[in-house]
Amino acid sequence: MDLNYTPEEQAFREEVRAFVRSNLPPDIARKVLEHKRLTKEDHVRWQKILYQQGWIAPGWPIEYGGTGWNAVQTHIFDEECAESGAPPVIPFGVKMVGPVIIAFGSPWQKQHYLPRILSSEDWWCQGYSEPGAGSDLASLKTRAERRGEHYIVNGQKTWNTLGQHADMIFCLVRTSSSGKKQDGISFLLIDMRSPGMTVRPIITLEGEHEVNEVWFENVEVPAQNLVGDEGRGWTYAKFLLSHERSGIAGVSRSKRELRFLKHIAAHEQKDGRPLLQDPRFMDKISRLEIDLMALEITDLRVASAEREGRAPGPEASILKIKGTEIQQGLTELMMEAVGPYALPFLPESWGDHWLGERVGPEYAAPLAARYFNGRKVTIYGGSNEIQRNIIAQHILGL
Amino acid sequence: MDFNYTQEQQMLQDSIEKFLDKNYSFQARREIIAAREGMSQTVWEGFASLGLLGLPVPPEYEGFGGGAVDMMIVMEALGRHLVVEPYLSTVVLGANAIVLGGTESQRRILLPSIVNGSMKLAFAHGEPRSRYSLERVETTARLEGEFWVINGQKSIVLHAAVSDLLIVSARTSGEVGDSHGISLFFVNPSEPGVAGRDYPTYDGMRAVEVEFTDVHVNTDSLIGVLDQAYPLIELIVDRGIAALCAEAVGCMGALNAATLEYLKTRQQFGVPIGRFQALQHRMVDMLIHYEQAKSMACLAAVKVDSSDAGERRRAVSAAKELIGRAGRYIGQQAIQLHGGMGMTDELNVGHYFKRLTAIDTTFGDSDHHLTRFAEVTEATAEAMPAPPKSKWKQLV
Repeated sequence: MDLNYTPEEQAFREEVRAFVRSNLPPDIARKVLEHKRLTKEDHVRWQKILYQQGWIAPGWPIEYGGTGWNAVQTHIFDEECAESGAPPVIPFGVKMVGPVIIAFGSPWQKQHYLPRILSSEDWWCQGYSEPGAGSDLASLKTRAERRGEHYIVNGQKTWNTLGQHADMIFCLVRTSSSGKKQDGISFLLIDMRSPGMTVRPIITLEGEHEVNEVWFENVEVPAQNLVGDEGRGWTYAKFLLSHERSGIAGVSRSKRELRFLKHIAAHEQKDGRPLLQDPRFMDKISRLEIDLMALEITDLRVASAEREGRAPGPEASILKIKGTEIQQGLTELMMEAVGPYALPFLPESWGDHWLGERVGPEYAAPLAARYFNGRKVTIYGGSNEIQRNIIAQHILGL
Repeated sequence: MDFNYTQEQQMLQDSIEKFLDKNYSFQARREIIAAREGMSQTVWEGFASLGLLGLPVPPEYEGFGGGAVDMMIVMEALGRHLVVEPYLSTVVLGANAIVLGGTESQRRILLPSIVNGSMKLAFAHGEPRSRYSLERVETTARLEGEFWVINGQKSIVLHAAVSDLLIVSARTSGEVGDSHGISLFFVNPSEPGVAGRDYPTYDGMRAVEVEFTDVHVNTDSLIGVLDQAYPLIELIVDRGIAALCAEAVGCMGALNAATLEYLKTRQQFGVPIGRFQALQHRMVDMLIHYEQAKSMACLAAVKVDSSDAGERRRAVSAAKELIGRAGRYIGQQAIQLHGGMGMTDELNVGHYFKRLTAIDTTFGDSDHHLTRFAEVTEATAEAMPAPPKSKWKQLV
């Protein structure tokens, strides 16, 4: 056992750092570091830079455009990107539908979609949750009926993230109502421009438009857009979940946010001294920092066990639970750190080119919104309670 | 970066597990605790023959020459079996003190006797008013001719009653609370002026309140450099903490296994109680605490030998803080999930809980190490990557 980086790993870090430093557009980095709103164009611009370098999809097999990095290299890459303020790669294409197409897709799907995912030509989004199917996802009702060379899709998806930007959506749909509810589910790739589709914004408590409802009314989908076999969608969805793991703990971003938190606490004053010298506040920061140190090792331990050939498994749920608790802890402490200056609510100041008058320190402006928005992380991707069910069942055998 | 044990480490783990499975059942442990000495000579000899007593001792002194990861493996096994033998005091603290601070002749004379099991040590450092501060030494040693004369009191000296030699810290200059001016001495407990009361601790071990009244020791009893023992003491204690963290992980793993088994077998309302979601989620949280604790024990083991003292302190204190919290959570919940049975002396669950509780208060509890962590982190802040550049200073 050796938790130090080898000289090769150090050299790799230098290589990544040099690349990110010289290629990450400073305007994008600034927005990320200062918690400003990112546009679709910001995301795509950075993703295309990674694509040009061949680093957009580290987790893919090399023959499909992956990098062949091991878990430690991927961790180093994440860390360097996060530290410099690179936006996270939008996961729906590269981390979610991509691996499913690679594993189960037809030759045509691979040839057509994979290059467009890598190049960010297509922006993907996810159609999983429905009003009546949240944690009990398998009870979903959106129907897809086979008619000749097409499926006709009717129904409603919700909590669809950033679908307002999307070209494509991957959906779980019901193709059969008989038998076990999991067995009647299929995995469909649907063009967002198809007639009969409507995207309606859902405004979340911090006032932002991040998620949507997506309605399907007699939407025609070519049968060639069915992934794998009809009725096997649940299996593919589970596969997807187990491959969505790299970075699921969010350690690198949390490390960056922790530094930002300390930066804020060093500038805020309490009783004439920096808040960072207040023992009570410092205790909270330190406890979070220690949890994060442990999570970083846990993350690497899980990844290294996987590399040894043990199947990717429910351990990801441990990373998700702990990682999201820490993320929430950080947003909470940042907001707490600015005290009453978290209160002014000026969403227009979170975007580009804001020239209006500020209230309080600039770093304070988005913090309450980030705290409110951050409550989502223990809910999405399988709520933390569902993650505990998964661990209880698959690790503990309860 | 590599998380695997070497083949030798795997073998070390297997051999100690096999030995303890055979010789250290819960019933056998009970009998050892009930005996007057509170330890088993047979087990100690077994440890010697397995090479465990010479683990941190270099081969030139007949030791095993192992590192901190080997120590982690051994301590985790001792934790799993709730071993009460004086391993921490003799090997982790005692042998390390001699290896790190002893003169060549002290090493030559003492280390082989530790390795072969004929000599046991106790580390007499804490005092009634020092709590967890390593620099608050009130015991004094003053030079009188050929002798150091020691006066003072050392508290809760683990396993002192069975030890052949005490390692005693004393103030040779400076004020109480100064880190400079502390020295370490070997003291034979049979010297005139050494007295003490031997008593049991709640976790099945034994300790002594040792009093020193005009105890005369030779000048060659000094360990390390006069007045400058503090860094040595801190390093020895940090190694002790790394070892305790691994022991705690062993205890937590055993408690989780026992609790999980109980959830699967105990029937209420016609089903195993592990069917109930409230209990499942509690068990999951125990698992998460365990995994985080295990990660920190690894970190502490790897960093305790770091040449960068700041990095060492930071990792060791972070580990002790988190493991204190994790041990408390797992211990308390293990009892809760075992219900009334968890309250009994008969079941081993309460005994693991008590050991975890004791570990938290040994060499600094979570609060103490949270503070130390924050101080070290602040002190080393310049060495860390700079925070993201920004313009808000002008804007505020």
